[in-house]
Amino acid sequence: MGAGHGHKLHFHGHSPIHRVPAHLKLLTLLAFMIVVVATPRDWYPAFAVYLAVLVGVIAVSRVPPTYLLKRTVVEVPFVLFAVLLPFVATGPQTEVLGVSVSQHGLEAGIALLIKGTLGVLASLTLAATTEPNELLLGLERLHLPQQLVQIMSFMVRYLDVVTGEMQRMRIARESRGFTARNPRHWPVLARSAGALFIRSYERGERVHLAMLSRGYTGKMPR
Amino acid sequence: MHVPDGFLDAPTSAATGAVAVVTIGVALVKARTELDDKTAPMAGLVAAFVFAVQMLNFPVGVGTSGHLMGGALAAVLVGPWTAILCLSVVFMVQCLLFADGGITALGTNITLMGLTTVAVGWLVFKGLQMVLPKRISLVPAQAGIGALVSVPVAALLFVGLYAVGGATGIDLGNLATAMVGVHVLIGIGEGVITFLAIGAILAVRPDLVYGARPILERRELEIRTPTSGAAA
Repeated sequence: MGAGHGHKLHFHGHSPIHRVPAHLKLLTLLAFMIVVVATPRDWYPAFAVYLAVLVGVIAVSRVPPTYLLKRTVVEVPFVLFAVLLPFVATGPQTEVLGVSVSQHGLEAGIALLIKGTLGVLASLTLAATTEPNELLLGLERLHLPQQLVQIMSFMVRYLDVVTGEMQRMRIARESRGFTARNPRHWPVLARSAGALFIRSYERGERVHLAMLSRGYTGKMPR
Repeated sequence: MHVPDGFLDAPTSAATGAVAVVTIGVALVKARTELDDKTAPMAGLVAAFVFAVQMLNFPVGVGTSGHLMGGALAAVLVGPWTAILCLSVVFMVQCLLFADGGITALGTNITLMGLTTVAVGWLVFKGLQMVLPKRISLVPAQAGIGALVSVPVAALLFVGLYAVGGATGIDLGNLATAMVGVHVLIGIGEGVITFLAIGAILAVRPDLVYGARPILERRELEIRTPTSGAAA
């Protein structure tokens, strides 16, 4: 079923970035982000260089920038935090556009925005250019414990099935005129979650039995 | 809600990463006693379930909504060690395939929202189970209280980490009050929904609830015979 069809963030392509082995991409992303995080927050030229590198990689990958920018919404809660920071932080005050804000808070907020945005863009680039299967192979090559890789591969494989089941339950609820508006509707949501767990668990049992009947011994064949 | 890159400084990220690695290592060994050879497929499906349940938004009131974290729920359903594995895998997939949470903050996210909620939820659940009468009808309430406590504790730990490796001098008292205040609300939602969900599962498949197994095992076979003697 869901396996091998990519996922929501994946952007199909054949660029050099798409073809780089996943474990190299993972290590590069990690190294890049460690450098970004470790950079002192007032070294603005350095951040410009990082952004240029990132934009270069995105250009080579031929993933449309709008495709990535639309998906940076995951960052929104922390953008709010970064924007609030200058107003709630303590320390010496400074004037920006006639508003008195904390000097430290302003610097920290800007640094948070820069580092967070670089991180989200870099992670999005990895997600957009790497198929889940390749990613799992990459993690395996990086010697992530076998069992963890296996759990992850089952999760990725059945993610669409389980979320699809939840979507169908939601549509079924809504077609009966239900929308969750206040805490009095929690019991309905909770029963949905309970039903979803039983269905997922029972599916797991069936998958396991089906695998046993095909000769599974606790290790994936190569 | 996931911590992004650069939110905490490098040493703090590395330290929480080390905590996460060690705990996952222990969990890998211990989870085998909870699920035996079924570990990979079962934990994979439960991880997919946790991922889906985190997309289930519940209205908290006045236009805002929270979503389940599912740590305590997973711990009571499949056992704490398996739950740790499931939640860790969920955060890894969210980080690598959905760009949710920074890769350098992965250890922090796993420690905060995975290990902490599972550990607190499970310990509170077990503690209550020890002091309260062992009745199956109490299991959902115990799980719900575990879930309720686990969310503000995770928020407090976040404040603690921010104090150690955060960016700037925010007044920590204010931050703690705000974080804990919001998360008590979310925790109430998490607790009530965990309570109701465990109740629903117990009604249908009590054998699936890991936390209820010790009680189920103590149940004795009850043979009911017609008392009036008249054959129906």
